[in-house]
Amino acid sequence: MTKFNISRRALLSGGTVAGSGALLSGCDVFDGVLRGGNVRDFMEASANGLSYRVQRLLIGGHSLAQEFTETDIRQPMRPNGVTAPTDRTYLEMEAGGFADYRLEVSGLVQKPLSLSLDELMAMPSRTQITRHDCVEGWSCIAKWTGVPLAHVLDQAVVKSEARFILFRCLDTIERSLTGEIKYYESIDLIDARHPQTILAYGMNGERLPVANGAPLRLRVERQLGYKMAKYVRAIEVVDSLAPFGDGQGGYWEDRGYEWYAGI
Amino acid sequence: MTTDTDASMESPQAGPAERPLVYKQFFATRLTHWVWAACLFFLLLSGLQIFNAHPALYIGDQSGFAFDNAVLRIGAERTEDARNIGYIQLFGAKFETTGWFGFYRGDNGMMQQRAFPPWATIPSYYDLASGRIVHFFFAWIFAITLLAWLVASIVNGHLRRDILPRWRDICALPRDIAAHARLRFHHSRDYNTLQKLTYAAVLLVLMPLMIATGLAMSPGFNAAAPWLADILGGRQTARTIHFAVMLLLVGFFVVHIVMVLAAGPINELRSIVTGWYRADPESREGN
Repeated sequence: MTKFNISRRALLSGGTVAGSGALLSGCDVFDGVLRGGNVRDFMEASANGLSYRVQRLLIGGHSLAQEFTETDIRQPMRPNGVTAPTDRTYLEMEAGGFADYRLEVSGLVQKPLSLSLDELMAMPSRTQITRHDCVEGWSCIAKWTGVPLAHVLDQAVVKSEARFILFRCLDTIERSLTGEIKYYESIDLIDARHPQTILAYGMNGERLPVANGAPLRLRVERQLGYKMAKYVRAIEVVDSLAPFGDGQGGYWEDRGYEWYAGI
Repeated sequence: MTTDTDASMESPQAGPAERPLVYKQFFATRLTHWVWAACLFFLLLSGLQIFNAHPALYIGDQSGFAFDNAVLRIGAERTEDARNIGYIQLFGAKFETTGWFGFYRGDNGMMQQRAFPPWATIPSYYDLASGRIVHFFFAWIFAITLLAWLVASIVNGHLRRDILPRWRDICALPRDIAAHARLRFHHSRDYNTLQKLTYAAVLLVLMPLMIATGLAMSPGFNAAAPWLADILGGRQTARTIHFAVMLLLVGFFVVHIVMVLAAGPINELRSIVTGWYRADPESREGN
């Protein structure tokens, strides 16, 4: 057994190890490759692709998101993103109690639709108490009432070449020199036909508030909050997401967030 | 190249006769060690980036906005005497952390609000999307490596021999604690009791728990296995555990480095790079 003592050599080499660690953790060294470089693209394609395939394998088309009980509703639903649209068309519609609101259903469908809020509310409805998980990390439980998206799609009769459902929104999320950007989102037909995927007009037993997306918002319960477009104006059935926005399938997807947001 | 059958055999090029080189670390152990080292580095810094998006931790299924179930918050605020401070609030207690967490001086000399400052995150600037890509990329490598390590360590005997403590290890625990307290290290091929217990805790408890709590935060995985978030106490509790285990792993890293330095960094590094370790003389007959 040797008695412990720190030799000068041990101190020096130890200092080298610690020093290189400190050097690495001046963490702007990785900024370059992550600002839209090949490394970032590779990581995104490999990890997100793997995550997506494993999730599809695990939950398929039918597993339901966890549902909760009335006693789990302990607070108002936390709003996020745009909470008070300032777009003129929206404000006019809101002033009229959304009587002029119409949900347009178009694209790869045999019967394009234009549905008023009353017509949507006359359709079969589903009510679910679910946990909303934000990409930022927080969660909030609320009760949602709406018409299953599958029902609306059946009314419009989706054509066989359809692959995605695109949601166009009334709210402007970004104003820049190049113009205004309206929020938009998209999901595939598996999630579109999932029983918990609804177009919600009610929340916690009341009409959907403006802050939470009145008059109509999407609920896709097996994904993160940013997929669940608020202030939905139109549904477009499409075979490709490339023509819209920057082609990634949604406002946040165009800014580097994954399209399939199950993690 | 050395093979596993060389284990604990004396190297042909053994140095001084009284301090023989023994084959200590299997190839699988060495490879996974360095893969994890890289993974944990990137997971930690990208994880802190993700934490910055909502720098608070809660107990339960949801985050309390209209009620208080927070156990930790990192933020910035204006005090009664009109100072802007950064703080960490742990349960009821608030600690001022200006300059370090919550409120710090940026490169441009301006004070900025953010939970973890640039030196602690990847990327250094606020970019949740990139942080998530880096995190999930290394999370996959981390998890696959853990699985590969487990299989290899069952096959090559590393798990049975070096990780799972035996009865005689438990009996030796008081003696081993005393030896560590006096920083007396026994250089041998075999792991001592505290090493076994520490590695068992890290490899068989903390690392799997990190993966489990990570999965429990996924709404997709939650639909496949709602029981996982339930047994962990809800999604937000899982997130809190994820953060707490991160702190334990950082603590392990610090102790690990100190122990390597104390036990002889050249020898320790050689064994985790080449597999060969210079042992004390009596260790040839076993510990």
